[in-house]
Amino acid sequence: MLADKDRIFTNLYGYQEFALKAAQARGDWDKTVDLMKVGQDAIIEEVKASGLRGRGGAGFPTGMKWSFMPKAPTPERPNFLVINADESEPGSCKDREIIRHDPHKLIEGALIAGFAMRARAAYIYIRGEYIFEAKVLENAVAEAYSAGLLGKNAAKSGYDFDVFVHRGAGAYICGEETAMIESLEGKKGQPRLKPPFPAGAGLYGCPTTVNNVESIAVVPTILRRGAAWFKSFGRENNHGTKLFQISGHVERPCVVEEEMGIPFFELIEKHCGGVRGGWDNLLAVIPGGSSVPLVPAAMMMDVPMDFDGCKAVGSGLGTAAIIVMDKSTDIVRAISRLSYFYKHESCGQCTPCREGTGWMWRVMEKMRTGNAEIGDIDTLYDVTKQVEGHTICALGDAAAWPIQGLIKHFRPEMERRIHEAKGDNMLEATE
Amino acid sequence: MPKVTVDGLEIEVPQGATVLQACEMAGKEIPRFCYHERLSIAGNCRMCLVEVAPGPPKPQASCALPATEGQIIRTDTLMVKKAREGVMEFLLINHPLDCPICDQGGECDLQDQSVAFGRGASRFEENKRAVTEKYMGPLVKTVMTRCIQCTRCVRFAQEVAGIEEVGAIGRGENLQITTYLEHAMQSELSGNVVDLCPVGALTSKPYAFEARPWELKKTPSIDVMDAVGTNIRLDSRGRAVFRALPRINDDVNEEWASDKTRHAVDGLTHRRLDKPYIRKDAKLVAASWAEAFDAIKAHWTGEAAVVAGDQVDCETMFAARELAGASTLEGRQTGLAYDTSSLSAVNFNTTIAGIENADVILLVGSDLRREAPLVNTRIQKAMRKCGAKVFAIGPVTNLTYQVEWLGDDLSALTKLPKLLSDALKSAERPAIIVGGGALRYEGVHGAALALANKYKLVRYGWNGFNVLHFAAARMGGLMLGFAHDGGIKALAAKKPKLAFFLGADEADYGLFAESFKVYVGHHGDNGAHHADVILPGAAYSEKSGTYVNLEGRVQRGERAVFPPGDAREDWAIFRALSDVLGKRLPFDSLDALRAEMAKAVPALGVEGLADYGWSEPSLPSDVTGKIVDYPIKDFYLTNAICRASETMQKCSAELVHCTQFLEAAE
Repeated sequence: MLADKDRIFTNLYGYQEFALKAAQARGDWDKTVDLMKVGQDAIIEEVKASGLRGRGGAGFPTGMKWSFMPKAPTPERPNFLVINADESEPGSCKDREIIRHDPHKLIEGALIAGFAMRARAAYIYIRGEYIFEAKVLENAVAEAYSAGLLGKNAAKSGYDFDVFVHRGAGAYICGEETAMIESLEGKKGQPRLKPPFPAGAGLYGCPTTVNNVESIAVVPTILRRGAAWFKSFGRENNHGTKLFQISGHVERPCVVEEEMGIPFFELIEKHCGGVRGGWDNLLAVIPGGSSVPLVPAAMMMDVPMDFDGCKAVGSGLGTAAIIVMDKSTDIVRAISRLSYFYKHESCGQCTPCREGTGWMWRVMEKMRTGNAEIGDIDTLYDVTKQVEGHTICALGDAAAWPIQGLIKHFRPEMERRIHEAKGDNMLEATE
Repeated sequence: MPKVTVDGLEIEVPQGATVLQACEMAGKEIPRFCYHERLSIAGNCRMCLVEVAPGPPKPQASCALPATEGQIIRTDTLMVKKAREGVMEFLLINHPLDCPICDQGGECDLQDQSVAFGRGASRFEENKRAVTEKYMGPLVKTVMTRCIQCTRCVRFAQEVAGIEEVGAIGRGENLQITTYLEHAMQSELSGNVVDLCPVGALTSKPYAFEARPWELKKTPSIDVMDAVGTNIRLDSRGRAVFRALPRINDDVNEEWASDKTRHAVDGLTHRRLDKPYIRKDAKLVAASWAEAFDAIKAHWTGEAAVVAGDQVDCETMFAARELAGASTLEGRQTGLAYDTSSLSAVNFNTTIAGIENADVILLVGSDLRREAPLVNTRIQKAMRKCGAKVFAIGPVTNLTYQVEWLGDDLSALTKLPKLLSDALKSAERPAIIVGGGALRYEGVHGAALALANKYKLVRYGWNGFNVLHFAAARMGGLMLGFAHDGGIKALAAKKPKLAFFLGADEADYGLFAESFKVYVGHHGDNGAHHADVILPGAAYSEKSGTYVNLEGRVQRGERAVFPPGDAREDWAIFRALSDVLGKRLPFDSLDALRAEMAKAVPALGVEGLADYGWSEPSLPSDVTGKIVDYPIKDFYLTNAICRASETMQKCSAELVHCTQFLEAAE
């Protein structure tokens, strides 16, 4: 279990003020200029050495991402940092907690990260529904400006840096990095084709890096305490601490900072008071937010909660938004609801996702009621395979995977419903 | 140049080519819906998926993927086949199978590709989506349920037509293509979205339910609605032309055509002159050819004046010239009288394709969008391609792109604003375009030439001096000497006994009050009203003709249908008349006429760009006054064919005069 002294987010639960004064008392903005003094490449090297992997879901090494940015931007074509606070993945709520209670960690991180990648400004794209959080963030940015921590000669570092807060309009797809860039430019939020990648041509055609809130917010602490400290947590390739967001059928749902690679059982037992109705009551877990496949209870117990651990059981860590489902859950209905979500949020740009998400949801609804044929399960699986990997962005994959997970692990349940709806009594046959 | 391997075949592709282009070069057909050579890449239909190594173990959209050295591309694997079948199945799940009542049937990409690359059956058992129709104007019929959201129309509107009125609203399954608040598209090029649409979502409204493509005879022709010389294909059945579609010619119209080019064809069957008429007691009375010829003979003195209209082919003008003599010809019927001693000084020297490369463009009294929409798109392209700056002298009008307006005072041509002179000085390929709106004023031609001289608009490998005509017959007419010193007024002042008007409907007939007026033309329009004798001729679709476009490009069109009733091809009329008048013309067939014409004007015998060289006449260059307006007031009603066209009347009423049309049901 992570010791209190090793926590990065010391005001995660809002026991203290979010304001600048309180944040400074917690150690934020403390000699920021010294952190920057080591130089831009040194910061990137330090982040690389810490083993920090992007916290937005894909787990791409953050330091390496920064190193793709041009080293000598011109005033006509500056670098930009875009911070992805469009946290819309069902189950995810870590960025909300960071912005609500510790916004200065994010803003300081934005300055340091922006400085390291030679960015002219950072745009924080915050989810439209986060009204209170956006207000907090706007206040915090205003505080930082008036304290001279942002703007010209930010934090007396001699570097000019601006932070803009941009509010989204509530579209899930705008959390995809290129769709976010489109949306920031004032266009329809639809993902762009890659290549070119944002590091080559992103916001307004300029080199851009898009990072998750958590990835940026942990940077100042990593630099203060050193890469070795951060690297001391977790397993090889999966280092550091991470905010886990546990929701669903546990005794005490919570957001908690823990060491990467903590076993699932330990995480739930220690922080959430166990599964509702005891561990035997656990049915399945979605370990990384709605877009990763579910994992049945038996396979989940000892899984180390990190990128590679979740991958090993055919799922993913995603944003570490753990959705716990006990045996009272109608699992088919749950996944069907997720399918509806993806149907609703598909941007409609490319064919497989536009047409496929609607088809998948409709078949899932038939599965829920059992008003289908056994063969429809295979058709459904085939359709998910036709969507997966054929789309412009990852939303197609995200819509396909939960259904694939369901079919892989709960096919008997789906078949049972179909038989039941038809009035076939399976029991009789076995008797 | 990168080398790639396509299905085992190693080929070299140009730098910057995409994988799709590489596959095409290797002779592999890649199905596609959203990809179009002349539009930006959207990559959204996902039909062009191929397998590429090195790369992720999933199919890649070939239209958006650059071809790089050493790529191994497969288009024939099981993965690719399944991917295409999958996308095809998705496209069809919400596409209505109403092909029997769809106008796109027979020329539909979705039909063709589903046969070639589809699965053959669908597994979709749910209800299909339906989409309400969207209003896009008098020319584009929408059946949006058929739409597959390829966004070609959206990209065309933004990138080529330059209007931001077409877009997609909603998301996911509910993504719909529509115009802004369902207003008509305010574009002269809106008809092109019909060709671009790979399915039957956008079809031609006037052509709705008229014919199937396989029933129509296709004839290559040249458009005469403006001076661009758009290469078209006339689709006809029996004696009627059903539609005009653009042919691809990268030097002229790429693959676009203006709405007038496409949709004025229904005017070819209305208000036609199908028998000769003679004016008796101030009334036009139908007559026989012999009577009409005799009436002309009574006024024949051995020569006659000839005024050529805007849409006449070179053969007609040549035949008239041979009969009437070379000293009393005029083609500029609206009264322009610019100097024509050097054809290069009244030509679009940069060429239509060449203007794309200009970096500074000065428009003088030219409303390009109405006078030559396809030249206008080239300028838009120049802005995108070379970052061209456009300046304009004349009344402010919407040209669909950013223009630096220098006011309508012509003195700006001699005393250049600093902004413009700086731009011209630093430009590598500067160009000036002088339009008909400016040529009306004395000295403008000379001042423009002086400006060209001063800023070296004509330099090695680049000629930036352009005059923009908007009559299809103009350059051909000038080559045949249809320009009288002092213009039509001076010609009329000679008080000719007999005057021929070749489809001239814009001329001021009051000038010729004392002449015996013979109208040779195809429509009962302004010219026919004033004529003493009417000889019914053939419209452009009814004769093989040579036309010279505004850049001096000699092009030939073929006959698609026969003229109605007693009407005859114009050259044959003059040949027959010459017999009666006792001055027999030395040709009995079109080929013989063309041979004679080539003897007289050799450039007209060769298809392609005529070489005028470059010579500047010395002209007075003092200019004063203001450009009051542009010559084209109503884009849709500029000539007799348009005015006879119901479709063009409707366009004019709705798009120019903003009349609201209520639907029948309302």
